[in-house]
Amino acid sequence: MVIDCLNLTVPGGAIVGLLGPSGSGKTTLMRAVVGVQVLAGGSVNVFGQSAGSASLRHRVGYMTQQASIYEDLSVRQNLRYFARVQGAPRSDVERVIDRADLSGQADRLARTLSGGQASRVSLAAAMLGSPDLLVLDEPTVGLDPVLRGDLWAIFRRLAEDGTTLLVSSHVMDEATRCDRLLLMREGDLIADTTPEQLLSTTGADTAEDAFLRIIETHDSGSGASLIGRRDRGARRSRRLSPTHLLTVGKSRAERKRGPQ
Amino acid sequence: MTPVRTLATAGRVLLQIRNDPRTIALLLIVPSLLIGLVAWIFDETKVFATIGPAMLALFPFIVMFLVTSISTLRERRSGTLERLLSMPLGRGDFILGYTLAFGILAVVQTAVAVAYATLVCGLEIEGSIWMLFIVAIADALLGTSLGLLASAFARTEFQVVQFMPALVFPQILLGGIFLPRDQLPEVLETIGDWLPLSHAIDALTAVASGDEDSSYIWLRILFIGWWILGAIVIGSLTLRRRTQ
Repeated sequence: MVIDCLNLTVPGGAIVGLLGPSGSGKTTLMRAVVGVQVLAGGSVNVFGQSAGSASLRHRVGYMTQQASIYEDLSVRQNLRYFARVQGAPRSDVERVIDRADLSGQADRLARTLSGGQASRVSLAAAMLGSPDLLVLDEPTVGLDPVLRGDLWAIFRRLAEDGTTLLVSSHVMDEATRCDRLLLMREGDLIADTTPEQLLSTTGADTAEDAFLRIIETHDSGSGASLIGRRDRGARRSRRLSPTHLLTVGKSRAERKRGPQ
Repeated sequence: MTPVRTLATAGRVLLQIRNDPRTIALLLIVPSLLIGLVAWIFDETKVFATIGPAMLALFPFIVMFLVTSISTLRERRSGTLERLLSMPLGRGDFILGYTLAFGILAVVQTAVAVAYATLVCGLEIEGSIWMLFIVAIADALLGTSLGLLASAFARTEFQVVQFMPALVFPQILLGGIFLPRDQLPEVLETIGDWLPLSHAIDALTAVASGDEDSSYIWLRILFIGWWILGAIVIGSLTLRRRTQ
């Protein structure tokens, strides 16, 4: 995977969508942001600190692609354990259960939950301790449209409370639900834009079409890349002040050496 | 590493087992049934008096090896380990949490097996019963630490189960249960002398017969301790926060 340089400054409480087909490197980028990915080179900084550093582990919540919960524990038992590991107060467990609409399932064994419920438990676990950044890897994959809508409603509520979300998806229609979009393809970041800008610059009706057009221009090398126009998106009015979220890039020395 | 997180992990592992009554029943009953079977096979002979203590050494080791290797493999595969390592959990919290939980489990398992072996099967323990428990715990921790190590080298459940014959059977064969180690071919005797389970078997046999003083037994426990330490150190190196 090669990302030359990505500088992402977003307001607190923004939903950043990371979109691209399966195998485009979304998970790798997210794992790098969380700090569990071995980097081939370069550096990743989150909130100005090196990704995965001890202090960031309190500020970044991570929901992996699989549910990543203990099947032989109940929902509440799962969350109590993760709360103790996270150092979150015990009362936080009830808060995230409520937030993730799991009140009815709190005492059920995770094994007996449906896919949508299990992913909400996983989301609830990532919400423990109210992290500033939530990294959600394909949270809606395999869910029906109703459940997807429910989940996006939860994301929006979290964002309104000031949490910044980095959400990956390979369903292009979900792009319109985000405040900011990063498009990936074959390990490369091909666009950094907003949903409105994506549609207006490409002249497409749907996000799916827009993505295809971007790939065309990107592949033909005509240079009409959307990268570099991100500042306009970032300046959009928000009630919270922008924070420097993310820097991904090679070190200066590596850039001099050129692409590998 | 913090005590809170270590204890939380130990508590979580025990809670998982508690939610699974069938596993508890198997853990507690199967060793006694097998000890009873061996006692029955050697009913008219004195063999049970010699291999009975060795059997007490086998169960905590084998069971904890299997339970640990499979549960840590599950953690690796289900994504829970990745979640934990992205949280403020130390690798030591994870390993010690497991060790603590399975150590406690081993005490209960050994208590049931010893009670059954002595009260029902008539096995005589001449030495200190406390010593017997200490050896059994060391034995269980040995199984836990080797299981942790094995799980790092297995990609699937099938593979991890195959590690049991690979890592455990040679230790049983060379441990002196089938043939006393001093009667083995020289090379095998030397290998057997360096394997940790041999020392657990020696120690439990000594506790049962009451023939040796406690320094003999402590020396064996110390030897097992070095193996545990080695396996934990190597095992913790395989728990990487950053993976490909």
